[in-house]
Amino acid sequence: MSHDILEQITRTLVACQPDATVDETRRALEAGIEPLAIIEQGLVPGMETVGEKFEAGEYFLPQMVIAANAMQEAMALLEPELLARHQALETPGTVVIGTVQGDIHEIGKSLVATMLSANGFRVHDLGVDVSPGAFVDKAKETKAGLLGLSALLTTTMAAQRETIQALEEAGIREQVRVMVGGAPVTPEWAEAIGADGHADDAVGAVALARRLT
Amino acid sequence: MRPQFRLLTDELVERIIAEGFELLMDPGVRVHNDEALELLADAGAQVDFDAQVAHVPRPIVEDALEAAHSAFHLYDLDGEPAVHYGGDDVQFDPGSAAITVLDSASQEQRAPVTADFVKFVKLVETLPQLDAQSTAIVCTDVPQEISDLYRLYLALIAMRKPIVTGAFRKDTWWTMKDLLVAVAGGKDELAARPIAVFDVCPSPPLLWSDLTCQNLIDCARHRIPSQLVSMPLAGATAPVTIAGAVVQHTAECMSGVTICQLANRGAPIVWGGSPAVFDMREGTTPMGAVGTWMIDCAYTEVGKALGLPTHAYLGMSDAKVVDAQCGLESAGGALMGALAGVNMISGAGMMDFESCQSFEKLVIDAEIIGMAKRLIAGVEPRDDPLALTLMRELGHRAEYLGQLHTAKWFSEEQYIPSSLIDRGSLDSWVRKGRKTAWERAQDRVEKLLAECEPPPMADDLREELRAITLSAAQRFGMDELPPLPEA
Repeated sequence: MSHDILEQITRTLVACQPDATVDETRRALEAGIEPLAIIEQGLVPGMETVGEKFEAGEYFLPQMVIAANAMQEAMALLEPELLARHQALETPGTVVIGTVQGDIHEIGKSLVATMLSANGFRVHDLGVDVSPGAFVDKAKETKAGLLGLSALLTTTMAAQRETIQALEEAGIREQVRVMVGGAPVTPEWAEAIGADGHADDAVGAVALARRLT
Repeated sequence: MRPQFRLLTDELVERIIAEGFELLMDPGVRVHNDEALELLADAGAQVDFDAQVAHVPRPIVEDALEAAHSAFHLYDLDGEPAVHYGGDDVQFDPGSAAITVLDSASQEQRAPVTADFVKFVKLVETLPQLDAQSTAIVCTDVPQEISDLYRLYLALIAMRKPIVTGAFRKDTWWTMKDLLVAVAGGKDELAARPIAVFDVCPSPPLLWSDLTCQNLIDCARHRIPSQLVSMPLAGATAPVTIAGAVVQHTAECMSGVTICQLANRGAPIVWGGSPAVFDMREGTTPMGAVGTWMIDCAYTEVGKALGLPTHAYLGMSDAKVVDAQCGLESAGGALMGALAGVNMISGAGMMDFESCQSFEKLVIDAEIIGMAKRLIAGVEPRDDPLALTLMRELGHRAEYLGQLHTAKWFSEEQYIPSSLIDRGSLDSWVRKGRKTAWERAQDRVEKLLAECEPPPMADDLREELRAITLSAAQRFGMDELPPLPEA
């Protein structure tokens, strides 16, 4: 029985039926299945399959985002249950992410944030046009080990460098790894400004985040 | 609404048709085939048997146009209708009868052999953008006398899609018919569910050679569809004006329809061609010229006005390597033909006028065809209201990517190309090796061939086709057919 429900969770997640994924998650809780089992045997295998299908060219960004959103909705149901049991999900890390000052491009940054969340990272998304100071404050507050800086314009790329400098000035550069992304951002640029890594797309960003944390 | 463009006013179409009728009376059509001359004479045409010229009065032609069907299907080898000749349906097949292939390693043209054409047929099978096969490559490892039927044999054992073909001789047509009958499971079955259409080409101006005229008559008698490939060369063998060249095309095709319908009333026939403007510097026949495409699209309008299925050779290039010229010419012609609603557009893979086939160009052209088909699918309303409900639900949030609405429609609203088309970032392009379209096309060819599955043809049928082909080969001094490449 529990096996069936977990399979349904995986199946609906892969089939991009977010409402059904949430319903099945609720049903699993009602059936007394442990939230950790729901995550590890229901949701995570589904996200893995979706990721594989994306890599194989069978799935596209909409399916990725819908599945990731469904995962997050299901997690919202499961987190209070984990807390009640004094359990915590093992997270690969905490990330503060945002589009740098002067730049209002959101899609790429949000996509990376969504994919990081769906892969278990605790993500604090500061939105767009985020000042270096705001990044520093949030990183301190959340004790994040990773910072994600997005820039879509060659003219705003410089703010990535300024944000890294702000981390140094605040004395927390050693505690925070920095990854940078966005259309004009190259590995050379990442190195030049002293970032710890660069990824080309959301899937690459998840892999990079895993390496850096 | 389906987008469609027109080059001719209704009045101009009428004038072209009227002059077409006039030409068939004076100066008449040259017919170097006695059987056709007899048919025309019996129908009431004034025939000069010595000069081999027929003067065909308008009512005879009108009656033939009336008798010809406006639509028919070609069937795949599973017996399902796969291509619809008629209306504004648009379908694509590769260019026919290349005498060279572009070598993938050297980018030089070379003489094609059996393995090349087998590979080509497999590729066409795997490309969903292509609706039909064609006997695209003439193999040089068999005697020239059987090169037409040999390519049909090779295609039939490797394909499931219908095929556009043609005979190079009068006698080999019969062997080709035998091959098709064997595959269809009988003569009547082939007539009821045709799997092939034969190109028949009048010679400009206003001439039916003995060979092609006999092919036309034989196709009609067996109710095998034939496709008229009239090829006025504007400024050399036809008037230089586009309207004038279309008049010549009209008269030649009218004469073809007439001979066909006199041979067998109701036999399927297609209004098609491969015209060109004449290049006034080089003396060549550019398929990539905008004027060439205009003649094609204009005669298509005439064919539609007469209620006939249509065909054109478009989507080819005069370039000698797969370069920017190759892409721009191929895309221009294919898009224009699609917008004109040509039922069958032949040309994919073809370059250096109509002489060379390229595997790499074929897979690039498949992407062009995908885009062309998307274009003519037009803009659909999809939702009512169009956007109000969705946009009010989302307010000012830019979260369309994660909507079920997006997942539902994106693959219909967008044509999604293969990785041959580079849409990644500069960085990812650099990381993947700075590959050009040519190199990505090579990768795609390799990938598709690796995925290709052998078609499910019964061993006894395969053996029957081989026996028919071998028997023809032996008549021309070849004891054994070349070995087939390993599946």
